Amino acid sequence: MSDWPLWEVFVRSKGGLAHRHFGSVHAPDAAMALRHARDTYTRRMEGVSLWVVRSADIVASDPDEAGQLFEPAADKVYRHPTFYDIPDEVKHI
Amino acid sequence: MYTTELSKQPNVQSIEDPERLAAFEARVAADEFIEPKDWMPEAYRRTLTRQISQHAHSEIVGMLPEGNWITRAPSLRRKAILLAKVQDEAGHGLYLYCAAETLGTSREEMIEALHSGKAKYSTIFNYPTLTWADIPAIGWLVDGAAIMNQVPLQRTSYGPYARAMVRVCKEESFHQRQGYEAMTSLANGTPEQKRMAQDAFNRWWWPSLMMFGPPDENSPNTAQSLRWRIKRETNDELRQKFVDITVPQAEYLGLTVPDPDLKWNEAKGGYDFGAIDWDEFYAVVRGEGPVARERMTARREAWESNAWVREAAAAHEAKRRQRAAA
Repeated sequence: MSDWPLWEVFVRSKGGLAHRHFGSVHAPDAAMALRHARDTYTRRMEGVSLWVVRSADIVASDPDEAGQLFEPAADKVYRHPTFYDIPDEVKHI
Repeated sequence: MYTTELSKQPNVQSIEDPERLAAFEARVAADEFIEPKDWMPEAYRRTLTRQISQHAHSEIVGMLPEGNWITRAPSLRRKAILLAKVQDEAGHGLYLYCAAETLGTSREEMIEALHSGKAKYSTIFNYPTLTWADIPAIGWLVDGAAIMNQVPLQRTSYGPYARAMVRVCKEESFHQRQGYEAMTSLANGTPEQKRMAQDAFNRWWWPSLMMFGPPDENSPNTAQSLRWRIKRETNDELRQKFVDITVPQAEYLGLTVPDPDLKWNEAKGGYDFGAIDWDEFYAVVRGEGPVARERMTARREAWESNAWVREAAAAHEAKRRQRAAA
């Protein structure tokens, strides 16, 4: 029997925080993936909520294109508040 | 649980784009993390796959000597603790298999390699657990040595491995502390319990020192692994640290380290210790450990006799999918 599909596991550590990637599990279906995620990643109250997503359904950017994708921001420094000179006398801005 | 460099492969340098290789080496040298889809040299991928899968196998096989004692733990408290520890070891194995899978080897292939005897696991698990005192000794010494090995790996260059190690280290501390606590009970107990504690200590001390792998001069891959940040400290450095930390812990328990050559060396600020029996180590690596065959038989039996659970889960999923389609 070949491997069950892979599922990525996301855990919300506590209310108010976003779900964060924790790892992955193999499981035949979503319900079993949740059970495995619970046993594998939350044995010590690590979370209050779980997401599982089929790994095959995740669309990721290509690391080789990271340059093209993320670099343009570097020459658009005017997008950052520190780019602007405000006189010291002016407060709360 | 973890032993470095169990099976050596010659350092094959495949032909790779020198520019990409240089960029990769520079990233690693700058302590950047490498992630699954990043370009990496084939030798890096191969070395890591071997190291992480051996580490995973060690966690899984490590459940066997301890699982053996769950029904015979001396109190309900110790039984609950041991159950939790064994469950943790399963979890550690799963974190690590996941990390290894991101390098392109399937779970199935890795498990098959373990069961066929092709893959190695930590030599320490091929020693028998003869009395209850072996369980405290394992927690204290074997998990202690594992922590020593694993703490630096939290900064290893491969992201998924480093992240798995962070989680493992957090949980491993409980393993060592429960072992030391249980050892304390025996060491403070009846003369017979004290004898049991000393006997277990005598049998586990040297195999624990061997867990750090062969001496640096016989560890030809160390330099490459250090350069790639797959390893962060050498076998001998880690072994020395372990001895320096553990000897005072043994003294506190009133146990005698089974090494007549053990002596504090003021100049180096550490202990000098006796020669390790490397012939024994290599024999155990070759699969000649006292219970090597028994371990693999138990592992294969567990896998085969529980196949129906995996089959049932798959059948259940297929049936639900069919119903949903109808």
